[in-house]
Amino acid sequence: MSTTTTEPTAAPAAGARRLGTIGREYGIVIFFLILFVGLSLSTSTFLQERNLLNILDQSAPLGIIACAVTICMVCGIFDLSTGAIYGLSAVVACKVANAASPDVGVLAGVLCGLALGLVNAIVIHLTRINSFIGTLATSIVFRGGALLVTGGSIVTVLDEHFTTLGTSDLLGAKYSVWVFGAFFLITAFVLARTTFGRYVYAVGGNEEAARLSGVRTAVIRGACYALSGLAAGIAGVLAASRTASAQADLGVGLELSAIAAAVVGGTSILGGEGAVWRGVLGVLTLAIIGNGFDLLNIDSTYQQLVQGVLILTAVAADQLLRRRQR
Amino acid sequence: MTAEQITTAGAGDVRPRVEAIELSKRFGGVQAVRAVSVAIAAGSVHGLVGENGAGKSTLSKMIGGVHAPDGGQLRVDGEAVSFGSPRDALRHGIAMIAQEIALVPAATVVENVFLGLEPARGSVVRRRELRRRFDALNERTGFGLPADAPARSLRTADQQKVEILRAIARDARVVLMDEPTAALTADETQRLLTTIRALAAEGTSVVLVSHFLEEVLDVCDTVSIMRDGALVRTAPAADETPQTLVDAMIGRALDVMVPPRRSAPSDAPVVLEARGLRRTGVLEDISLQLHAGEILGLAGLVGSGRSEVARALFGADRISAGEVLIDGSVVRLRGPRDAVRRGIAMLPESRKDQGLLMLRSVRENASLATVSQLSRGGIVRRGAERVQTRDLAGRVDLRAASLEQPIVSLSGGNQQKVLFAKWLARRPSVLIADEPTRGVDVGAKSQIHELLVELAAGGMAVLLISSEIEEVLGLSHRVLVMRAGRIVAEYAAQDATQETVMRAAFAAPTRAS
Repeated sequence: MSTTTTEPTAAPAAGARRLGTIGREYGIVIFFLILFVGLSLSTSTFLQERNLLNILDQSAPLGIIACAVTICMVCGIFDLSTGAIYGLSAVVACKVANAASPDVGVLAGVLCGLALGLVNAIVIHLTRINSFIGTLATSIVFRGGALLVTGGSIVTVLDEHFTTLGTSDLLGAKYSVWVFGAFFLITAFVLARTTFGRYVYAVGGNEEAARLSGVRTAVIRGACYALSGLAAGIAGVLAASRTASAQADLGVGLELSAIAAAVVGGTSILGGEGAVWRGVLGVLTLAIIGNGFDLLNIDSTYQQLVQGVLILTAVAADQLLRRRQR
Repeated sequence: MTAEQITTAGAGDVRPRVEAIELSKRFGGVQAVRAVSVAIAAGSVHGLVGENGAGKSTLSKMIGGVHAPDGGQLRVDGEAVSFGSPRDALRHGIAMIAQEIALVPAATVVENVFLGLEPARGSVVRRRELRRRFDALNERTGFGLPADAPARSLRTADQQKVEILRAIARDARVVLMDEPTAALTADETQRLLTTIRALAAEGTSVVLVSHFLEEVLDVCDTVSIMRDGALVRTAPAADETPQTLVDAMIGRALDVMVPPRRSAPSDAPVVLEARGLRRTGVLEDISLQLHAGEILGLAGLVGSGRSEVARALFGADRISAGEVLIDGSVVRLRGPRDAVRRGIAMLPESRKDQGLLMLRSVRENASLATVSQLSRGGIVRRGAERVQTRDLAGRVDLRAASLEQPIVSLSGGNQQKVLFAKWLARRPSVLIADEPTRGVDVGAKSQIHELLVELAAGGMAVLLISSEIEEVLGLSHRVLVMRAGRIVAEYAAQDATQETVMRAAFAAPTRAS
């Protein structure tokens, strides 16, 4: 009798735990779908192709950065310099576009991002400081660099060819949307299917175990910084191309939005866990909340309130469910 | 309050201050303490000795409220108590001083001593009153600690005194110390022992857990000897000698059958050699040779430098002097990666902190050291990875519902098997196994023993580190014993007994035979 009574009590506990795991793994997907369906039903404009493509286009720069920032977070790195790299790359792209040609400008902007990412990697490897503080410091340096380059004024590109990337269409969608899509697919593949991706999870999950297994942890971490810089460079070029201009304070706070998006998507701030699609889903969730406020004509003040609460909820849920799992 | 304490602490007081009656504690499958009864008299220094894992720390932690006993009773001044936390224990006058010193480094000595007890008016600390109380304590104990020095500027022995003052400031009448002299120099140790005697003379009871038998005999009134979780005897220290203590400690029954050992390879080549390795302050003059097909046991007390030898041979820690030779040629190991590439594998001491990616799957953990070999163009060939993982899981007899299940959901024994699988995938020529069966259930333990013997029989050189002397003796062809960062003895398997190894580890004088 006593053995039979223990079983029904054990089963719901296991069921509840499974439900908890599903909630943690896919809670954000469910939330996104509810939001998506809700907005589709409550507005006539949300589901229109133009609106959806517009959301994707608007999200492209942040989305690209969020892909890379998610990989950094899985590796146990916080990169707070992506906003500054984005700004400096945009400025460099515009300057070079004016000096040489628009195509060279685009290339220069992207390479600038990659180079700054490598600077982060080297500085942090040599000083052995925490990524959070290290990239906070370099971001201030990068912003200073952007101010030096622009002298505080807006840089405008006159050659219209420069705006192709940001404003022209290809097969019905903006170039930026295609770039975003491609970057997402590549980074998702890299994290999920390559040896590099495996090592990223290993370094973020247990650095000592990774080191003792023969993983070159410094190289893996360095590559994450470089990737993050590259992403910010591409995003900065897209933004500059959109308006054919750039200024030193472009993208202030973008780094935090990218981290927030990764967290909302369900990537752990403790490292070792997460996926690129989660970062993108986080970006899109925050974007359609903004879009929904616009379409429903709700005071945009509330928008920040909702987004902030969402970030808190995501982090709290992660911690709570992790603790229960132990 | 102090006056009353001192009067009740007279030597004529017959009632023990703390009494443990049949205390038991189980951790998972391991019975750490079995029905131990000990009485600690007021104003006495009571030693607790035993080999690694004998249960002495667990017993003192139950008295200190860190662990709740599974069975038995604890009495303080004759009254039954049950502690939910060290805080509860402190309320009954029992303070625990852990191995790791827990001071606020930047705060001053006074601030540390009275942390959480500051005399205050409103919320403003009454500094003069604080100082007055500190001076009184300092005078009473004769410590003479500098009141305003930051704690981090003190020597370790003085930091321990701060901990002791902190305990006394909280009216502790029983102070539990777990290996307090392990990190001290000879001079500092003497000072601490003097302090302990002074405390006892004042009426405080001190429980001293220590590996240093001479010290224990020197300072204690009474000694309790533990073996295999049980109490062997409690006797006046004056009746014991280091020999009698060691004799009583050894003889733990091995809880699993050791597989039959193949005879030691006589002319097998040396695959790994250390010559005069030194890591300043940790290791001194470590030289050893490891032959193919041999299991070389490394015994010694916890903290004697066994794991440090393993880490130095694996390139995980920098060495200050000496050289490592692999297959007869000197190599410079810049990190574990170099060692791994040269065919060395290491199962680290702590599975969880140094071995596993707890949230990742069995498959990802098992392929971590070989994933680049399983890839083409940087892309993991998942089919090949699955095949390899399945093969290895079979070889180590892994019991898991699925290879995709997160490793955190496996038992300790199965987690350890996954780490074996990870290294077997690389077919290493040397395997360093640091505590391969710690926290592993009996069944998995004997499987791991069999696996080690089988690997050695297949030509692998195995360096086996274990706190269980019986395990080392049962599996090794040769045994090295370490003490205080040095290799102090070497025995062929047939010459090594628990007694000889323990004597070497404890540095107890050898009896004339």
